[in-house]
Amino acid sequence: MPAGVAGRPNLNPGMTRLVRADRLAAELGVSGELHVKDDSGNPTHSFKDRVVAIAVEAARAFGFTTLSCSSTGNLAGAVGAAAARAGLRSCVFIPHDLEQGKVVMAAVYGGDLVAIEGTYDDVNRFCSELIGDPAGEGWGFVNVNLRPYYAEGSKTLAYEICEQLGWRLPDQLVVPIASGSQLTKIDKGLRELIALGLVEEKPYRIFGAQAAGCSPVSQAFKAGHDIIRPVRPDTIAKSLAIGNPADGPYVLDIARRTGGAVEDVTDDEVVDAIRLLARTEGIFAETAGGVTVGVTRKLLKDGLLDPEATTVVLNTGDGLKTLDAVASGSRPTAVIRPDLAAFRAAGLA
Amino acid sequence: MSVTVRIPTILRTYTGGAAEVTAEGSTLAEVLADLEKNHTGIGARVLDDTGKLRRFVNVYVNDDDVRFAEGLGTPTPDGAGVSIIPAVAGGC
Repeated sequence: MPAGVAGRPNLNPGMTRLVRADRLAAELGVSGELHVKDDSGNPTHSFKDRVVAIAVEAARAFGFTTLSCSSTGNLAGAVGAAAARAGLRSCVFIPHDLEQGKVVMAAVYGGDLVAIEGTYDDVNRFCSELIGDPAGEGWGFVNVNLRPYYAEGSKTLAYEICEQLGWRLPDQLVVPIASGSQLTKIDKGLRELIALGLVEEKPYRIFGAQAAGCSPVSQAFKAGHDIIRPVRPDTIAKSLAIGNPADGPYVLDIARRTGGAVEDVTDDEVVDAIRLLARTEGIFAETAGGVTVGVTRKLLKDGLLDPEATTVVLNTGDGLKTLDAVASGSRPTAVIRPDLAAFRAAGLA
Repeated sequence: MSVTVRIPTILRTYTGGAAEVTAEGSTLAEVLADLEKNHTGIGARVLDDTGKLRRFVNVYVNDDDVRFAEGLGTPTPDGAGVSIIPAVAGGC
């Protein structure tokens, strides 16, 4: 990572809380330590601030004047905010059907926001073509031509998790998969800490989590394949809705190398898991967090996760970004007149 | 059948810097073979040793990812646009 990244104006992401989740553990039948790495606490409320901080520093070094990205939503907000703080122009690209919260988050920082009529994979393809065109001259796409730098930012998740555990490796991690980049860089970060002697080497297992409506990596894992067949996404977990994940093959390699697995859950299970995490730990996760908690529950049920081990589950974004997922079941328990008789009559005393 | 092939920046060293070239063929496999004939070396960047599309390269015929169609057997009608795109992504 560029050494000067912290020295210039950036959003100062990271060092988010690692929550010891005893009540969730009890609910899931886990007797070992269960932790939630809650990255909703970043400046734009997702882990994307980490990767963008590195990409901005690289963009400065290359002399790019416009900061850009293809995004499923969270990244667009992180790029808009980071560009504003760095004094760069931004122009970001999203699929046209994103959640309102993410559209507002992407637009509010004053940069240009372009909605593409298509899926994320169409947006991605468009950006790849724009980069090779004179119209994209001088543009730094954080997740395309700055990708080698950008991706390294996810290693800070691994560093922090180990530090917050008292400089030890967890036994098991459950990580969401969209492109698969984050999972591969968490593995890299853990291996770097081992190589530096900052943690004691021991086996760890990395598990990947997808939504059933966009689960090309999970399908490939279960079928024993080492290539990914792209799918057309259809899930409420839009931040994970990448049908053609670039780092998918590497995720398969890591899950198999570490003795982990890749699993997926339905949208109903995602919503249940968001509610479970909120109810037991007071953490309101976005749909991607519902995916990791839901997959954790499923892996425990199937005996693939060890309930006695130290486990870290990632929540990569804030539930306020995906309110629609839980809005229908989250209403006032009662609507009453402001008097005690009405309160008693509602049966809540 | 003559088609237009869009070349990504990273492969333009094989096409003398051209962003678009024309190629002949009625299937993607034939188009790629013709491309290799005129721009030696480019084929190996798109296909692996066994002749399959590389894991990290996406190819579109018009707007369709060929992995959703018939892969290398995907028909390339006269005037079609073929795009070769290196795999990149955002999200988690």
